[in-house]
Amino acid sequence: MECVFGLVGDGFALIAADSSAVNSILVHKSNEDKIMVLDSHKLLGASGEAGDRAQFTEYIQKNVHLYQFRNGIPLTTAAAANFTRGELATALRKFCFGQSPYFVNILLAGYDKEVGPSLYYIDYIATLHKLDKGAFGYGSYFSLSMMDRHYRNGMSLEQAIDLVDKCIIEIRSRLVVAPPNFVIKIVDQNGAREYAWRESIPSV
Amino acid sequence: MSRRYDSRTTIFSPEGRLYQVEYAMEAIGNAGSAIGILATDGVVLVGEKKVTSKLLQTSKSTEKMYKIDDHLACAVAGIMSDANILINTARVQAQRYTFAYQEPMPVEQLVQSLCDTKQGYTQFGGLRPFGVSFLFSGWDSNFGFQLYMSDPSGNYSGWKAAAIGANNQAAQSMLKQDYTEDLGREEAVNLALKVLSKTMDSTSLTSDKLELAEIFLLPSGKVKYQVCSPEGLTKLLLKSGVNQPAAEPSA
Repeated sequence: MECVFGLVGDGFALIAADSSAVNSILVHKSNEDKIMVLDSHKLLGASGEAGDRAQFTEYIQKNVHLYQFRNGIPLTTAAAANFTRGELATALRKFCFGQSPYFVNILLAGYDKEVGPSLYYIDYIATLHKLDKGAFGYGSYFSLSMMDRHYRNGMSLEQAIDLVDKCIIEIRSRLVVAPPNFVIKIVDQNGAREYAWRESIPSV
Repeated sequence: MSRRYDSRTTIFSPEGRLYQVEYAMEAIGNAGSAIGILATDGVVLVGEKKVTSKLLQTSKSTEKMYKIDDHLACAVAGIMSDANILINTARVQAQRYTFAYQEPMPVEQLVQSLCDTKQGYTQFGGLRPFGVSFLFSGWDSNFGFQLYMSDPSGNYSGWKAAAIGANNQAAQSMLKQDYTEDLGREEAVNLALKVLSKTMDSTSLTSDKLELAEIFLLPSGKVKYQVCSPEGLTKLLLKSGVNQPAAEPSA
């Protein structure tokens, strides 16, 4: 089942996510990318209802882009996080006319010149927290424990990736419904980008 | 014949002009003037209060300067009733932005949103344009201190020093002459007072005819909007020397 987690290191933030698209007991796909590159310096890792996830993350991405086109300056990570939270909160109260809230949990990582790297936790009932490390889904039971034990302030990229790998190993060995493949993306002063895949079965 | 193209706000004349908009700008030309100067460490706004009657109770608070948000203020020239509407919109916009993003609204975005409102009244029929010019001053993390001027057509532009209202052309050319890039806030105040003293109709400047507001950064990094008290203004006028002791008592 779903595993999305992220952490802040020295001059960068990263998000790792499983890449399984499942329905009931069936795996449809094992290379589904659940981390969106929101803009040049932001990552949006999302878990939840598959349709909601695609719709909502894309809606946020397009609005962030629109802001940049209109105003010539990008949103800060904090502003984007608050905007995202606001949109979730608005949708949360919309049960009428066939509408329903989005079931998506979000980790938003970004890098700003003034504040450096940051990570925001936003869940489907529009909770917003600024964190150093965070996780969603069944994998969070293991990745959070792993990060509690091994996370340090100001970790280097190497140390952080090592921790991510520890989390993935723990998930794969302890979670009954562990997903096989993971993707890791990072964001630092040079921008947001894919870092690596951790695949234990070939992508289907 | 001349009434053909100016009775409606939204119709171009054969020369390609919008007369109602130009008339609105004319209305501002009669209003008390305001000067804004961008300094290295802040923005200075100075306004002329027109004393229409001796009996009129001059307002205790400012009547030309308005705080829009913690980091933003404006000076007004034109029809005050129109201005009040726009100032209200501006304040709402600023708070809406903060609500959405939990960050102060960038200065230019606020100016732009207000000018969009103004522009609407030059294009949609049956309404007259707002007879107001603004000087917006503010600070944001992207572009630091900024000064913008807007007019009834909905145009706006960024300035280092700008004047609106009565005699604004004379004031503008004096500013052009005396403005230097490395002006500090104190010098900017002096320059603004000097320019205003020369472009105002009355012979002597007194604190009851003036308003002075400044925007600057506190040592903590917070933006501060400060309105100068009448006593402070009197002192400043004496110090700057623009106010030669008048021979006759000012009426």
